[in-house]
Amino acid sequence: MVLVILEEQNGRIKKSAIEAAGFASKLAQLSGMKVCGLCLGRTINVNELTGLGLDQIVQIEHADYLDSSQWISIVAQAKEQLGSKFIVLSNNSLGKSISGGLSVHLKMGLISNVVNFKSQEGVLQFQKSVFSGKASAWYAFSDLNGIIALMPNGFGIHKFDEKPIDSKVLDLKIPEPKIKLLDRKLIQGKTPLTEAEIVVSAGRGLKDPSNWYMVEELADILHATTACSRPVADAGWRPHHEHVGQTGVAIRPNVYIALGISGAIQHLAGVNNSKKIFVINKDPEAPFFKAADFGVCGDLFEILPKLNEALRKSKMN
Amino acid sequence: MKLLVCISKTPDTTSKISFSQDGKRYLDEGIQYILNPYDEWYALVRAIELKEKFGGQIDVIHVGNATSDILIRKALAIGADAAFRIDMEPMNSDEIAKQIAKFAKENSYDLIFCGKETIDHNSSEVASRIAQYLDIPYLSYCNHLEIENDKIVASCELEGGVALLEAKIPVVISAAKGLAEQRIPNMKGIIDAKKKPLEVISPIETEQLVELVCFELPPVKSGVKMIDPTQIDEMVAVFKNELKII
Repeated sequence: MVLVILEEQNGRIKKSAIEAAGFASKLAQLSGMKVCGLCLGRTINVNELTGLGLDQIVQIEHADYLDSSQWISIVAQAKEQLGSKFIVLSNNSLGKSISGGLSVHLKMGLISNVVNFKSQEGVLQFQKSVFSGKASAWYAFSDLNGIIALMPNGFGIHKFDEKPIDSKVLDLKIPEPKIKLLDRKLIQGKTPLTEAEIVVSAGRGLKDPSNWYMVEELADILHATTACSRPVADAGWRPHHEHVGQTGVAIRPNVYIALGISGAIQHLAGVNNSKKIFVINKDPEAPFFKAADFGVCGDLFEILPKLNEALRKSKMN
Repeated sequence: MKLLVCISKTPDTTSKISFSQDGKRYLDEGIQYILNPYDEWYALVRAIELKEKFGGQIDVIHVGNATSDILIRKALAIGADAAFRIDMEPMNSDEIAKQIAKFAKENSYDLIFCGKETIDHNSSEVASRIAQYLDIPYLSYCNHLEIENDKIVASCELEGGVALLEAKIPVVISAAKGLAEQRIPNMKGIIDAKKKPLEVISPIETEQLVELVCFELPPVKSGVKMIDPTQIDEMVAVFKNELKII
């Protein structure tokens, strides 16, 4: 049995959890196991989950915030009652706050930031992204069971044939919390950067925060999430949560569009796992061109308004 | 207030990444090691700020061999009071966490700080493991933190936002950008650091639950395709046909 943690938000399963379910199902297929999803929070309509490869679902209705120690206890109880060999979860903010503790509590190995897996001579090996995406490391579990924490947007979304899912009831006890939630501030209406498929990002080349509307325009046309380089966040042009790079957020979108960003190594560390990179910069020596798939060397202020206009027209046709 | 800051070393961000022929070992000959930035810039400096406000003692702990001593001295120069090095070359984050947790248990700290991740393995595992070994609350990816009597109020990063959380001391905290501002050691700090204690401790035994098979470098990119800045139509075609985003 493979146990996969399905994190929900407002009664919908998160994109990172869909990715985790797909990974768990592929892993189960290869090793001839069944997959059970565990969802804590608002109840999810089971019809929404039929294409994810799940065989079973355990749902626990719980309206309040759960701290990391509560999550660890509940997942561990579910694992013991189901006799799961593997636990799969996304290494997003929830995953990072519980996966290490879960590994200690269950005395199970943990491989984190996993992007893929394979079977080599009958042994399952898991590919972990290391050195900020500049390399990877293949790991195996010593006793053939363990916890796999997936790097968001690493393995990708996989769809499966629809099949009925058994709702299962377990006797799970929720312990007292150790941490109290005072408030939660979420940026409304936008896809979080770590989950975004398309990211439009800009740097100092934009010259002034009043020029940011051009970036927003392109992002709106493409339904993309906006991001920025460190100097832009440090100067207060954009909020810190939009800063991608070594000390900011690390992302792996399908397409990363960099406008007026030179591509210093610290910035690349946060974005070089993007599947495709499109760069506009006026400096032909900008290091970003070496990491890019498509490059335009020219003045942003001339190119971007025309490009936005042309993209808008092309969309209408 | 008794504070413990866990510090690790990592290759400098600009280091070349290469591996031995069999892929088992990262080639670090000639590589410059630094204190992990999240540990040095945010975790250590926030601990120093808290000591400046409330008084107390800051210990730093590192799991590694004697080659790390120069980096440990840097942490002392920035403002830690005493250092402890557990003398082993750790193979994974559980070994590190187990050693630190044992030390922390014997010395009962109010706050234990780690960086949110190391910039080489990016695992974010150590802090979460220490909290579990010690059975105390874990505040992850913390970008703001205040102490109110025996309570901690912290702002912690979530996807696309923050959570404001409260927990009772003792706690484990992992530090993200924003928690503090980097401090450069001054001359007095560097001189004082030489006189501060650095104690070497023998490790306890640990077991391996995961094994490294090999490292691997990503396939080399096929190279950038340049588009003339006047050819807007060509750019649109790339967005449409190659990137498939319109």
